Amino acid sequence: MTGSPLIEVEDLRIDLNHGSSRVAAVEGVSFRIDRGETFGLVGESGCGKSITALALIGLLRPPLSISGGTIRFDGREIQSLSAARQRALRGNRIAMIFQEPMTALNPVSPVGRQIAEMFVLHKGKSWREADQLAVEALASVRVPAPERRVKDYPHQLSGGMRQRVMIAIALACGPDLLIADEPTTALDVTVQAEIIELMRNLCAERGTAVLMISHDLGLVANVCRRVAVMYAGRIVEERGSADIFRAPSHPYTQGLVNSLPRLGSRAALGRTRLTEIAGVVPAITDFPAGCRFNPRCAHATEICRTAAPETTWLGAGGLVRCHHHA
Amino acid sequence: MKLRANLIIGGALFALAIVVGLLAPWLAHTDPVLDANLMNAEEAPSWTWWFGTDAQGRDIYSRVVYGARISLTVGIVSQLINSVIGVGLGLSAGYWGGWWDDFVNGLTNLMLAIPSLIFALAIMAVLGPGLTSLLIALGLTNWSFTCRLARASALSLRSQGYVQAARVLGYGDLRIMITQLLPNMLGPIIVIGTLGMGSAVLSEAALSFLGLGVRPPFPSWGSMLSEAREQITTAPWLSVFPGLAIFLTVLGLNLLGDGLRDILDPQSRSRRI
Amino acid sequence: MHEPQNMPGEDRAGKGRPGDDVILSVEDLAVHFPVGGSLLGRGRRLLRAVDGVDLELKRGECLGLVGESGSGKSTVALSLLGLLTPTRGRIVLDGQVVTSGPSGDRKALARIVQMVFQDPYASLNPRQTVRRTLEDPLRVHGVTAASEIEDRVATMLRHVGLRPEQSGRYPHEFSGGQRQRIGIARALILNPKIVICDEPVSALDVSIRAQIINLLLELKETLGLSYIMISHDLGVVEHMSDRVAVMYLGRIVEAGHWREIFERPAHPYTQTLIAAIPDPLRRAPLATTGGDLPNPLNPPSGCAFSPRCRYAEAVCRREPGPSLETRADGHAVRCWRADEIAGQAERGLALTEGGHL
Repeated sequence: MTGSPLIEVEDLRIDLNHGSSRVAAVEGVSFRIDRGETFGLVGESGCGKSITALALIGLLRPPLSISGGTIRFDGREIQSLSAARQRALRGNRIAMIFQEPMTALNPVSPVGRQIAEMFVLHKGKSWREADQLAVEALASVRVPAPERRVKDYPHQLSGGMRQRVMIAIALACGPDLLIADEPTTALDVTVQAEIIELMRNLCAERGTAVLMISHDLGLVANVCRRVAVMYAGRIVEERGSADIFRAPSHPYTQGLVNSLPRLGSRAALGRTRLTEIAGVVPAITDFPAGCRFNPRCAHATEICRTAAPETTWLGAGGLVRCHHHA
Repeated sequence: MKLRANLIIGGALFALAIVVGLLAPWLAHTDPVLDANLMNAEEAPSWTWWFGTDAQGRDIYSRVVYGARISLTVGIVSQLINSVIGVGLGLSAGYWGGWWDDFVNGLTNLMLAIPSLIFALAIMAVLGPGLTSLLIALGLTNWSFTCRLARASALSLRSQGYVQAARVLGYGDLRIMITQLLPNMLGPIIVIGTLGMGSAVLSEAALSFLGLGVRPPFPSWGSMLSEAREQITTAPWLSVFPGLAIFLTVLGLNLLGDGLRDILDPQSRSRRI
Repeated sequence: MHEPQNMPGEDRAGKGRPGDDVILSVEDLAVHFPVGGSLLGRGRRLLRAVDGVDLELKRGECLGLVGESGSGKSTVALSLLGLLTPTRGRIVLDGQVVTSGPSGDRKALARIVQMVFQDPYASLNPRQTVRRTLEDPLRVHGVTAASEIEDRVATMLRHVGLRPEQSGRYPHEFSGGQRQRIGIARALILNPKIVICDEPVSALDVSIRAQIINLLLELKETLGLSYIMISHDLGVVEHMSDRVAVMYLGRIVEAGHWREIFERPAHPYTQTLIAAIPDPLRRAPLATTGGDLPNPLNPPSGCAFSPRCRYAEAVCRREPGPSLETRADGHAVRCWRADEIAGQAERGLALTEGGHL
């Protein structure tokens, strides 16, 4: 891909400061997202996917802090910007939606006001204009009867409607990048489908790039063009989303793909015993040495226990970090 | 790991008060009641009379030491009664809900609406002065905060999976309350109890000061203050030392309560990340 | 590799004999809750959480109960466990009618039905060791001999893949997956016949789920259990269930053999549910229904799914709504237009054939 990427993360390290000791919660993470591209970050709880996203938007708070690497947004390094410039970037050019919209919305303010605020804050509109734009924004996320809904408070809306409002707020200023952190995990399947389709269509129409964060590899592969799988603070594999499911290269990705019963597989193959990934997900404070997946990996050898694997480039811009990759 | 100064200082002060009360017969120089000698009346503090003497020539130091017994007994026992009543009512109300909850709620609001000291005064007026009536009066009037806390905890705990599981396993309600709910709400209850002990010590002092507490000549810190009030300008040591004892004990209990809150509050404990 | 290690019990369901083979039957179960209103009950509305549900569970069978939030699947479970008093209906468990009262005999019930909970963090008492968690139920149910208690606890821990030496530990010393194993051990310690699994893996890390699913299926065979598997994860339900019932707003809209439900879903809601699952191999749009779940306090008239159904016609919005019609093959559907839709779907399938696999 040519042209400068929208966002480029290089060798990012995020430390968890534990009194006097510090441990790396995220280490050596690099990826780039082009304009209008959809990129997925997949992993289990504690793998560092969410704090990576918070670092991108400049919202890391102690005890977490960036201790290495660079994040460039549209060619400029985010860390070197003043707090005020970072704030201007947030909401305006980078927006974020969260898993639980109820906690991300202000409970004592009508949702229309919360959308209008974005136009006032970032686009310098008057409240009168902004209120009108808020109705349009709600209509664009397909909330029925938007001129009445703007007066509703968050608790009066269903979970799906609240997530629509979050999307309306996030997309209000026409950001270049939308970060979606588990946007549908709290929702039912049919509502998830609605929200995903809405996000997909709106972002495609407006050319907004999407960074989607989820534990659900199937969902991310369906939504995103490229997917990076994180395990214990590192990216272990990054591939085009079709490739990662058809021919996963890292043993952890293979485990994820093969360990879950997929709709239709029983009808096709009969009920087979699911392939288990042994062991437990390590806590941030005791990530193993060498390859961090080695205690759970069936293929682990001596080198896996001592040396962190280097990046191996696969075809079509894919990469894997494993001493014995497939 | 931060040193918990309030826990240590508070614990030390409270422990000191308890030790003094327990060892009173050995620590006291004279008998607090019988060793009256008008020859030594109203002596200022000195090497012989550490805290001075009162109008009857009794050793204030010995009376303060013995007074610890009564003040602490009242503080501990009455607060225990309060805790048992508060937990019993609050826990059952939160767990069962329904009319029982409405009733307990009404009762708690009633208790909160009447100043507890006034209520205790009324009970004392009926029962007459004395240690037992003091314990009853203070034990029956200060449970509303414990009750509120226990009810709120029970309400939030009863929907926890393990409480549901216990019901599914066929446990009786009493067993569920005692084995599943109580151990998980004990932390804050202990904190409130410790703070409550401090206020019970103060209430004892107040009631005794008003002449409704322990009957003279037996010393409690409150009754000593009460007797000392007329000589506050001529013999200030009569009120200073029992007052200091009350102050230090209540301070100790409050610090201890705060310290326990820091330790027992699950929010402040390090959690798995 | 087309018939690899098929588990025993596969495809045994469906040909079960009626009668004594049925371990649980539910007839016309309804649970209504009064909601809101003043102290005197004025303005109070009725939430029909479950409204006329019939279910049957055969010995050794796993029945999948599928539905979204508000569908009433958890309310059904609570009624079966005796934690809720049904408004009407009959529950027969292992030959005994148990719909007498809320806690009529919860203790006797406990020895027949047990439950595995969703959240392994909230479902274990943090102040009790594993041993205590497993011993107490035995004591409550009259097992007094110390040696027997110890034996049963140790055996159960081995069954769920934990070591008896670990029994002195507290829940926080275990990982999520291990905690769920403890939860399963607790559910099985009284030797129940039926286990209700309420989203048993959805709170676990993805890489741990397979362990627990495999364990549940193994235990079902070795201990001869019957399961009611409540889940919104259709992949898990398809993998584990022999029969599946789909619930929508307090009613069953479709029920049948798992293969029927997943390969030939007849109700538009079931079709939507299946089509809403993202297919990782195709970046295709997900099926949408145009709208969120309706408010259960104010359900749509006629067929409850009609406002979201793309096949809905005038007849679908009229009262009374469709009833659950059972076909000859045991496949039951609650839809006026099921036959027409099936015809359309087959034609549609024929058109897209080839592009699919």
